[in-house]
Amino acid sequence: MDKIPILRMGNFLLVTIQVDLYDRLALNLEADLVQMVSKTNARGVLIDISAVSIVDSFMGRIIGNIASMSKIMDAETVVVGMQPAVAITLIELGLPLKGVHTALNVERGMDLLKSMIGSTEEESEEEEEDDDSVAE
Amino acid sequence: MILSLSKDNIQVVREQDVVLLRNRVKEVAVKIKMGLVNQTKLITAASELLRNMLRYANGGSCLIEVVSKGRENGVRLTFTDKGPGIADLALAMKDGYSTGRSLGLGLPGAKRLVNEFDLKSKVGEGTTVMILKWANG
Amino acid sequence: MKNQLADEGLREDLISNEDLRGQSEELISSLVNNLTSNDMEDLDGENWNPVIEILGGIAITRARQGFSPRETGRFVFSLKDALLAILQKEIADSKTLFEESTKISRVMDNLSIITFETFIKGREEVILRQTDEIAEISTPVIRVWDGILALPIIGTLDSSRTQIVMENLLQEIVETGSSIAILDISGVPAVDSLVAQHLIKTVSATRLMGAECIISGIRPEIAQTVVHLGIDLSNIITKASLATALAYAFKVLRLEVKRTTISKN
Repeated sequence: MDKIPILRMGNFLLVTIQVDLYDRLALNLEADLVQMVSKTNARGVLIDISAVSIVDSFMGRIIGNIASMSKIMDAETVVVGMQPAVAITLIELGLPLKGVHTALNVERGMDLLKSMIGSTEEESEEEEEDDDSVAE
Repeated sequence: MILSLSKDNIQVVREQDVVLLRNRVKEVAVKIKMGLVNQTKLITAASELLRNMLRYANGGSCLIEVVSKGRENGVRLTFTDKGPGIADLALAMKDGYSTGRSLGLGLPGAKRLVNEFDLKSKVGEGTTVMILKWANG
Repeated sequence: MKNQLADEGLREDLISNEDLRGQSEELISSLVNNLTSNDMEDLDGENWNPVIEILGGIAITRARQGFSPRETGRFVFSLKDALLAILQKEIADSKTLFEESTKISRVMDNLSIITFETFIKGREEVILRQTDEIAEISTPVIRVWDGILALPIIGTLDSSRTQIVMENLLQEIVETGSSIAILDISGVPAVDSLVAQHLIKTVSATRLMGAECIISGIRPEIAQTVVHLGIDLSNIITKASLATALAYAFKVLRLEVKRTTISKN
């Protein structure tokens, strides 16, 4: 049985999707991820889809689920590395991807997570920054 | 007049067949020099319809054709299943409507991604969906 | 007949170029080797194919090199002249001379038509290539700053051009790792509903990828059209000019532009 590896990077978890997700694999991923978030007290989840060339509504639902589950466990989710063709197709498809933040790559994604988590944990005097956007 | 230049029929029974079919469609699209964005739209639309077929009808078949109209080449996919059929077509084509747990974007979404879309369904007999995408979109 | 044609290769060259000689010889030998006096008339026949191929090749090269149609045509006509001259020399009887001349004339005329048709096809290829190049040049993507891209669009935006712009923009964002793209449309006279939808989709797709897209330089007429068409731009960041858009981008990236003080010492 295939499993998608989940890497730990400090406070965050990194999932790199490189194969076509099918039902069993996707459900396993959701379950494994939630378990790991709980076990490691992770505050953020990065989903790297730079190797994914097709995102259909099924995949979109999985990503949305992961974001919702993580949020319940007090972790934010950032999707990174979306290919241009995928972005264009998703807009046309009308996929909402609610509650999912996005960033260009893992590095930016980590910066985004840090800024999001930083403003909830610490009472910082800094102005709120809106560099990277929330996908609606 | 749309001419069919090549035909390839694939049975889709299990989820793994989805991957097979996606690859086949990609091969054909690349052969007629379809750009990457259009390829992505076509394969994503096919993926939506395939999942519908597997989820609601336990599978079916997909006919992959290379077609041409004048100087333009395109890919036509015809999905046929012997499933329960769709009772209310208008409702099925509305964004957000779903009889399953999905996002309800399969049919109307797929339609937006392609140039031509045709759906015929009879309750108790089955459904046939045809989509066509020209190489130049 | 055949012998006469064989003689031809040497005489034909009214032009002194090495290449030209080579081309002519190739054509002539192809003619000689492939024909008998029987299928002379039937240009659709298989035996003509090698000749037509060579002729086609010559015509296309001429077209690409920029020869005028007249000059390329002259190549074939010179062969015709030479052949007719030979016929005149070799055939005494005027009736036969006339018959043979007419046959040769007809054949050569057909060949020259083929030459022109191929020539035109060659030119069309040049035009198509240039059209593609223009399309590429007219939507440049400029890295104005580390992480900021600017796309000044000039000329009318139609649906297909907007799609090309969108694809280029997204590709550049990925390749340069830029987080902000400024689409400046001050050079665009008018925008219709379809183009506006594409622009909105471009902004959405950019956001989906994790970057931001600002539209600047919207002309007053376009602002009017947009509102009259009922298009909702409230989710899109719009700035009056490329300059203000750039200032906004700097602010977002927390960059500051300061005037330096020149020390008097």
